Amino acid sequence: MHKFYTLLVREVRSYFHSPIAYVVLIFFLLVAGVDFYFQVSFMNQRQVQYTVQEAFFNSVFFWFAFVLIFPLITMRLFAEEFKLGTIEPLMTAPVRDWQVVLGKFFGALVFYLVLWIPTLLYFAIFLRITHEPAAHSVGAYLGSYLMLLLLGMFYLSIGCLTSVLTKNQIIAAVISFCTITLLFFLGLVQYILLDVSSATRDLLGYFSAIEHMVTFSRGVIDTRPIVFYVSMTIVLLILTHQAFQSRKWRL
Amino acid sequence: MIKVENLTKRYAGQSAIKDLNFEVGQGEIMGFLGPNGAGKTTTMRILAGFMPPTSGRATIAGFDVFSQSLQARARLGYMPENVPLYNDMRVNEYLVYRAALKSVPSRRVAERVGDVKELCGLKEVEKQLIGTLSKGYRQRVGLADALLHEPDLLILDEPTIGLDPNQIRQVRELIKNLGKQHTILLSTHILPEVEMTCGRVIIIHKGRIEACDTPDNLLGKIRQAGGVVVEAKTASDNGAEELKKIPGVRNVMTAVDGEWKIFSLRVESGLDVREQIFRLATDRHWAVRELTQRRATLEDVFVELTHPDLV
Repeated sequence: MHKFYTLLVREVRSYFHSPIAYVVLIFFLLVAGVDFYFQVSFMNQRQVQYTVQEAFFNSVFFWFAFVLIFPLITMRLFAEEFKLGTIEPLMTAPVRDWQVVLGKFFGALVFYLVLWIPTLLYFAIFLRITHEPAAHSVGAYLGSYLMLLLLGMFYLSIGCLTSVLTKNQIIAAVISFCTITLLFFLGLVQYILLDVSSATRDLLGYFSAIEHMVTFSRGVIDTRPIVFYVSMTIVLLILTHQAFQSRKWRL
Repeated sequence: MIKVENLTKRYAGQSAIKDLNFEVGQGEIMGFLGPNGAGKTTTMRILAGFMPPTSGRATIAGFDVFSQSLQARARLGYMPENVPLYNDMRVNEYLVYRAALKSVPSRRVAERVGDVKELCGLKEVEKQLIGTLSKGYRQRVGLADALLHEPDLLILDEPTIGLDPNQIRQVRELIKNLGKQHTILLSTHILPEVEMTCGRVIIIHKGRIEACDTPDNLLGKIRQAGGVVVEAKTASDNGAEELKKIPGVRNVMTAVDGEWKIFSLRVESGLDVREQIFRLATDRHWAVRELTQRRATLEDVFVELTHPDLV
């Protein structure tokens, strides 16, 4: 546990030592800020059936920035260590492979969560200026941020797996970006293919991040996506661990 | 401390090392020599638990490097070739991080980090980013890292590569001192260094052990152990003819420098023929301006074992 914690701390620190962290933070906050501004000004001009908070988490802007950040966060995790050779001192220290894998995954997760902290401010500022809450209830906030956590875990574990497969960060980023984008679009297929059975449509619905976010941002906590995302994350981390161990036989 | 039995590693059909067998005892400093690509790094990586052997086994302090990797790794300090380090960390920060990874108890971390910084001369750069350090300092950070958890065994892969002569001297002194408390396996290309520091030497070539002995014994064994250089004015004599008749002289090569002749004699090992040469010269009334015994070096042993054509 102590070693896992040591690895986790190093991983989080290394984000803030590198320019990537600040580029991602600035880019992401810029898009999120513009998104929030547009939603509010849009709602100022007409009557709508949803809250500011729902609009914020379900807009095109939001999803655009969302799928892009995961390759940027995860591409360096393993690939950089392979490239620089720092994997050698790391793995000749008495640490277990799973400690390294979990240290890197949770390191990335911590950084991802840090990205979201400033967005809490948007809602606080909105409340202060308008004296109106941005959501119906506290549950809506909780639901939105819980879904962010679940989606984050899932997509970050995809990024971990692609980074462990190569020593080239660009390759890792391209593969994880394509995989995440395809999975994201899989959820949209149900709106495009009209001639499929309702069972197929339901099945595809399980993958639909957009639909999950719609539900959760209303404050409805559905356990099915929770089980789906948590179990997929575990499976992907097990695969990452296996791929990481296999490096010994590929050398 | 180290026991290696029939260790073999194959990459893509090619053997990097074949059936290595050797032992390194407690407290020994063992030199590991061989041309580039002979399998030194491969052997060291296997011992350090970085990759498994194809067949055979190796143990460190009784722990198998593959099946009991964690226990074995806890007992060794490994400094990889070229010392890969995180360039974005500061020296202090890196050493503290490494100490925690190596299970140094938290109350002893500050003390241990202080000790290794002192020992490796890192005090003046402790706050610098590793990425800004010179090659020599990076090397020392690697060595400090290997020493952090007071391991019984140190495995150092070319610890002096890329250092200037002063730094090489410092590192050599450091290794000698470390040898008092640690068992050390080190690889290097700088042969005089091995003669000065190592108790025993393994010479490996094309994945096989060619020799494993003390430097002195190795020197005694080789064919053309030493030689003598004579510079003389031999007047009307040929010189080479007469020198060849001295018992123990194998062959004589002659070079001419004006009216002086320079003879290089190959002599059987363990013989000193300088007295006979002196008597020959006085009998023949040669003028002699140099008469030197050239000692065989480990370099001669190395070349003879790994590249006989060059002898």
